[in-house]
Amino acid sequence: MATSVRAKPDGSPPPAAPPSSPGPRGRRSSSGGWRSTLYRWDIKAIPYVFVAPFFLTFAAFGLFPLIYTGWLSLHRVELGGDPTWKGLENYTDLATSEFFWNALVNTFTIGVISTVPQLLMALGLAHLLNYKLRGRGFLRVAILAPYATSIAAATLVFAQLFNTDYGMINGFLGWFGFDPVNWESSKWPAQIAISVIVTWRWTGYNALIYLAAMQAVPQDLYEAASLDGASRWRQFVSVTIPSIRPTILFTIIVSTIGATQLFGEPMLFGGSVGISGGSGNQFQTLSLLMYEKGWVTGALGQASAIAWVMLLLLLIVGGVQALVSRHNRKKLGG
Amino acid sequence: MRTSSSRRGRRAAIAAVAVVVTGTTLLTGCGSDDDNGGKGGQSTEKITLRIGTFGSFGYDNKTGAKLYAEYERLHPNIKIEESNVSDGQKYWDTLKLRLGQNSGVADIQAVEVGYIAEATGTTMANKWVDLSKEGGSKIDAFLDWKVKQATTGDGKVIALGTDIGPMAICYNKDLFAKAKLPTDRDAVGKLWAGDWAKFIATGEKYKAAAPAGTSFHDSASGLFNAVVSSDPVQYANTSGELDWENSPGVKNAWDTAVKAAQGGLTAKLRQFDEKGSWNAAFKNSKFATVACPSWMTGIIKDQAGPANQGKWDIAAPPVAGNWGGSFLAVPKAGKHTKEAAELAAWLTAPEQHAKVFAVNGNIPSSKDTLTSSAVQEAKLPYFGDTPVGKIFSSAAAGITPAAISRYDGQVKTFLTDNGILDIEQRGTDPAKAWENVKKLVDDKIDH
Repeated sequence: MATSVRAKPDGSPPPAAPPSSPGPRGRRSSSGGWRSTLYRWDIKAIPYVFVAPFFLTFAAFGLFPLIYTGWLSLHRVELGGDPTWKGLENYTDLATSEFFWNALVNTFTIGVISTVPQLLMALGLAHLLNYKLRGRGFLRVAILAPYATSIAAATLVFAQLFNTDYGMINGFLGWFGFDPVNWESSKWPAQIAISVIVTWRWTGYNALIYLAAMQAVPQDLYEAASLDGASRWRQFVSVTIPSIRPTILFTIIVSTIGATQLFGEPMLFGGSVGISGGSGNQFQTLSLLMYEKGWVTGALGQASAIAWVMLLLLLIVGGVQALVSRHNRKKLGG
Repeated sequence: MRTSSSRRGRRAAIAAVAVVVTGTTLLTGCGSDDDNGGKGGQSTEKITLRIGTFGSFGYDNKTGAKLYAEYERLHPNIKIEESNVSDGQKYWDTLKLRLGQNSGVADIQAVEVGYIAEATGTTMANKWVDLSKEGGSKIDAFLDWKVKQATTGDGKVIALGTDIGPMAICYNKDLFAKAKLPTDRDAVGKLWAGDWAKFIATGEKYKAAAPAGTSFHDSASGLFNAVVSSDPVQYANTSGELDWENSPGVKNAWDTAVKAAQGGLTAKLRQFDEKGSWNAAFKNSKFATVACPSWMTGIIKDQAGPANQGKWDIAAPPVAGNWGGSFLAVPKAGKHTKEAAELAAWLTAPEQHAKVFAVNGNIPSSKDTLTSSAVQEAKLPYFGDTPVGKIFSSAAAGITPAAISRYDGQVKTFLTDNGILDIEQRGTDPAKAWENVKKLVDDKIDH
C-alpha cells in the first residue's frame, strides 16, 4: 500500500501529478485534471458532505426559526396580518411589564426549589446505588421509571393528589390536624407542588448520570481512604464529590436550562387557568407567558421578544458555566 | 492504485451529492396541493367539499341530522367531508394561521360568535366570500342582529348563522325545595324577573336555609358571563371599539359577580374546568343554579347523569341574553368557493335549522324556525318535559344585540379567569383585582 496516496500529516493534499504533456487532442490531460480535481474533492469536500445532513436540518429547523423569531420580535405581528415595524418597543415594553418580571421571578423560584433538592437527592441516590447491594440492577432501572412517564400523565396524577378538596395529600395532612392547603390558588404551595412534580421526574435521571461518573472513579482511591480510616460519609465528601465535579456542573447546567423552559408541568397543573399560571399569575413561568402572548392574545411579536430574552438568559448561564469550568481546570492545574 | 482511489472518490462524490440532494428535497419537500378543477368548475364533475367545524354542529351522518348524506343525494357529484375539532379556541388559532398562509383551509369554516368580530375586522375581512352575493342564501330569513354581527364595515356578509345561545337559568328542584324556595318554573322565574339584583337576593334566601355543603350558584365567573351577555352594552362601544372599562354592562356584571363571590353564594368552581371539579359538582348536586344557554342543557344531562333525571328544571332568566352560537363562512382560499357557498346556504336554511334542532337542540338563528311549531313545542325529557323550545325562543326574542369588538373574547378571559376567579378563590380585594385586569389587558393585548 506504499503507493496508495494519503494526505500529508499536516492535512494539505499531496502534490498533484505533474501535468502530462498535452496529447494531440488534449483529452488525456483533461481527464488527468478531472481525476486530480475529483481527488482533491475527495480529500477536502467529503467530510463536509458527511456532516451536511445535520447542518442542513439545523439551518432549516434551528437557525432559520431563531433568526426569523428575532426579526419578528422587532415587529407588531398577528396571525394572518402583515408585520409592522416597532423597533425595540417589544423589549422596552417587557422591561416595564410587571407580568414579565413576575414570570421571571416565578421561573427563578420554581427553578431553585425544584433543581436544588433534586440534584442533592440524585447525588445521594447515586452514592447508595454505587455500593454493592442486592437488586442493584433493578433499582437502577426503577429510579429511571419517572423519567420514562409522560409529563402529562404524571402531572394529571399529581394534580389529583394535590387537589384542595379531595386530594390525598390534604387528606393526609388532615390526619395530623393541619388545615387543608390551597395547593393551587396560594402562591408558595402551588410553586412547591409544581417543583415536586419536576423533582419526581428528573431525580432518577440525574442520579443515573452521577452513577455513571462515580463508576469511573478509581477504586484504589477509596481503598486508600478506608485504610486511612475515612468513614463512608468522609469518602463521599472527600473522594466522590471532587472526582465527579465536572459531571455535577454539567447536570446543574442542564437542569437550569430545563427550569428556564419549564412549561408543561405548570400548565397542566393549573388546569383551565394553567396558561395564565393560576388566577393571579402566581405560578406563570416565562414559557407560559410566551405561550399566552403568542397564542391566547395573538401578540406574536411580543412572544418572540420573550423567546429571545430567554435565549439571552441561557447564553448568560452558559457563559457562567464556561468561566467556572475554566477556573476549575486552572485550579486543578489542567 | 491511483485510479482506484479516484474511482472511489468519484463514487463518494456521487454518493455525497445524492445525500445533499435528498437532504434538501426532504427539507423543501412540503406537499403542494394539486389544484384540480380550479375555482368551481362544471356542476357535473365530481368534487369533494371539506367543512371544518368545532364542538357539535349536528350535521354529521352518525349522531347528527344526517344533512351531509341528504345533500349528497341531492347533488350526486358532491362528496362532503367534515373535520371536527373539539376545542373551539384551538380550532380558531389553527384557522387563523391557515388563513394567513392562504393554504390548508377547508371549503367551509365554522366561526364562533366570540371570534366573528375578528373575522369581520380589517385584517381578515377580505379573506371571505361575500355570502349575500354568492350561494343564494336568503339573508332576510336570519335574525337581523345575527346578520349584523357577520357584516363587515363595507357591507359584505361573510358568514351565515347556524345557532344562537339564548340563555335561561337551570335550577335544581330538590335543593330549591330543601331551601324552602318555590320549585315551579314559573314561580321561580318570578323570583328574579327583570333584575339580576333579585337573583342575588334569592341566592341570599337560599343560603339562609340551604342544605350544608351546597351553594346557590356554580361560579361567579359564570354569573359574570351571564350578566354581561344580557346587557346591550358589553365590551365594545357602538362603533365596535374595545371600551370595557367604561361599559355599564361590564360594571354591573362585575359588581353582581363580586357580590355573589363575597357573599358566599357560589361553589367557587370554574366552568368547563379541565380537572372535572365542575362536572363532578353536577353529579353531587353541589349547587342549585347555573346560567343556562340552550347548549348547556346537553352538558347538564351528560354530567348530572341518569341518577339526577327530573331533578333539574329551567326557568326564565332575570334578563334575556345570548351566550354563544356560530356561523358558517367560506374562505376565498378554498378550492370550490361557488359550490361551498351553495352548501353553506343550504346548511343554514330554515328547514335545515329545524332538522338540527330536532336532533341536537341547537336553537336556530332564523326567524321563522324560531316561531315554528317544531321549535315551540319541543320538550326535554331529562328536565321533566320542560318546554325548552318555548323558554329559549322567548329568551331569544328578548335578546338585545350588543356591539362586539375583536378583543371581546380575550378581555372576557382576563375578567373571569384572572379577575373574578381570583376574588372568589383567593379572596383578593375587588378593587385590586379590577386594577389587575386593567393591567393585564394593557400588557397582553397587542393593539
